[in-house]
Amino acid sequence: MISTLITGLVLGGTYALVAMGLTLQYGISRIMNLAYGEILIFAAFAAFLLFSTFGINPILGLGIVLPAAFACGYLIYGVMMQPLVTRSKKTGTLEVDSILATFGLLFVIQGIMLVTFGSNYTSYNFLNTGINVLGANVAANRLLAFALAIIIGATLFFVLTRTRWGTTIRAIAVNPDAAPLVGIDVNRTARFAFALGTMLAASGGVMISMYQTFNASMGVVFTMKALVIVIMGGLGNLMGALIAGLLLGVVETLVATYVDPGLTLAATYCLFLVVLLWKPAGLFGKAAGR
Amino acid sequence: MTRTILGLMLAILGLAALAWMPTQLGAYGVGLLLGMTGYVALASAWALFSGPTRYVSLATVAFFGIGAYTVAVLSETLPYWAVLLVAAVIGLAVALIVGLATLRLAGVYFVIFTFGLAELIRQLVTWYEVNVTGTLGRYIFLPITAEQIYWQLLAVAAGTIAIGWLISRSRLGLALKVIGDDETVAGHTGINIAGVKLALFAVSATIITLVGAIQAPRWTYVEPAIVFNPTISFLTLIMALLGGANRLWGPALGAIPLFLLFEWLSANFPNHYSIILGLLFIAIVFVVPRGVLAGIEDGWARLKRRGEAA
Repeated sequence: MISTLITGLVLGGTYALVAMGLTLQYGISRIMNLAYGEILIFAAFAAFLLFSTFGINPILGLGIVLPAAFACGYLIYGVMMQPLVTRSKKTGTLEVDSILATFGLLFVIQGIMLVTFGSNYTSYNFLNTGINVLGANVAANRLLAFALAIIIGATLFFVLTRTRWGTTIRAIAVNPDAAPLVGIDVNRTARFAFALGTMLAASGGVMISMYQTFNASMGVVFTMKALVIVIMGGLGNLMGALIAGLLLGVVETLVATYVDPGLTLAATYCLFLVVLLWKPAGLFGKAAGR
Repeated sequence: MTRTILGLMLAILGLAALAWMPTQLGAYGVGLLLGMTGYVALASAWALFSGPTRYVSLATVAFFGIGAYTVAVLSETLPYWAVLLVAAVIGLAVALIVGLATLRLAGVYFVIFTFGLAELIRQLVTWYEVNVTGTLGRYIFLPITAEQIYWQLLAVAAGTIAIGWLISRSRLGLALKVIGDDETVAGHTGINIAGVKLALFAVSATIITLVGAIQAPRWTYVEPAIVFNPTISFLTLIMALLGGANRLWGPALGAIPLFLLFEWLSANFPNHYSIILGLLFIAIVFVVPRGVLAGIEDGWARLKRRGEAA
């Protein structure tokens, strides 16, 4: 039981990190990004490529993948999202437009991955030795991923709550219309938040590649999980995403251990359904009003 | 009034011509016509709900797959018409569950729920087949010719467009117009918003399930990965959007060229078609966000205004 809990928490750490990125993109940039999981899987493939072809270990690989992901996110927002945002000032259709545009992007990225990497399951062997934690045997790569998730998550949390720049970002999440009145450049910050979210997705992808097999068409599942976590935690609520992420990791591991590994997505959906029927504003969120 | 009757007669003539076409075409032509009609039905059914409400449903293939898979499971135990009925009932039940859970809430919850629905059902079916029945993949041997499938699909497509036409002339259609323009106003005038949305979603999902069920015999071999292929959701969406989801004939108009394009792409660029289609889709969202029909109307109105000003 304890070992299941620990495995679940370790998995949940990655989920929480991934969901924090999505909540940044949706809460601050107002972009509902359905291609989020594809970016995550792309980063997983990048880590795999760096490790197997160039012998760069994934930790160092993060140093390459993360800045690249940030740049990609910045570019995607500038090229694809900015025109939609500008247009929606008149029509107010940003949500639908961003859903549709990123749905198209999903197929583009997935198609590129299928052409480049094929449709087979991929994995590599990195730090795959067992370590004893409180009587539970956990693979070293999973622990490392958990530690990384904590470091990245804590840094982000600190930046957002303790720095001036973080306050700017949160101000937009709270009230995007009033933010410009106090001298905040909403467009620039939204672009930055989107890029930051992309970076978090990529970091999640690198971590997942360390301990799990993955293939080019798995992105949808990760987007789904991240979305469910974001809804559970309350839209735009970082702390909520963190707790909901850990919770989902534990629930999934419990289901996989005691019921059947094939039913993890069903468990995610059940959890989602319960939240929707019981507390649609999220477990910790005040009503988002959107 | 006379215009309506004239339009109806034209539609019936057109339908008769379409029903007569297979006798003039070879097997390949019938196959092409069949696929096209299937997508006309899918896109029209999708737009029935998503057009006026602007709730983007990403679950087309979930219902399509439910229909196809039901036929695969039941085709040997029940007569054909009963199989279709069962498929429609299952589709309706799933639609009601999804709708009841999400349609009371803001649109984004619905989108999220439908986004993963196909994947969820695919995994559930796979799990059930592997663990309970012990077989993955089924054969469908039904004595149905391609022509018969085509006629059934044609009937469904015509029925869908007819339903769309009837709705636009009914109280429900008026309610929908109000909801589409302003939900708050709609609520204050006493329209049961969630109820209207739920009814429409149920109708749309049931039609999509039927299309899946009718097309199933074309495959002969069926497994979850085939019938729950996300490309179907994607194509339906892009077709409806290209033509214009808010127009009665919009989805049909978008379905025909895009289906042909897709056929050509998958024959010539089998590995790259999803990239090309994705880019095309993004282009449509950018250039004609409300569909070609609405775009033409806008352009026409602008020309007219300029003409009057000059």
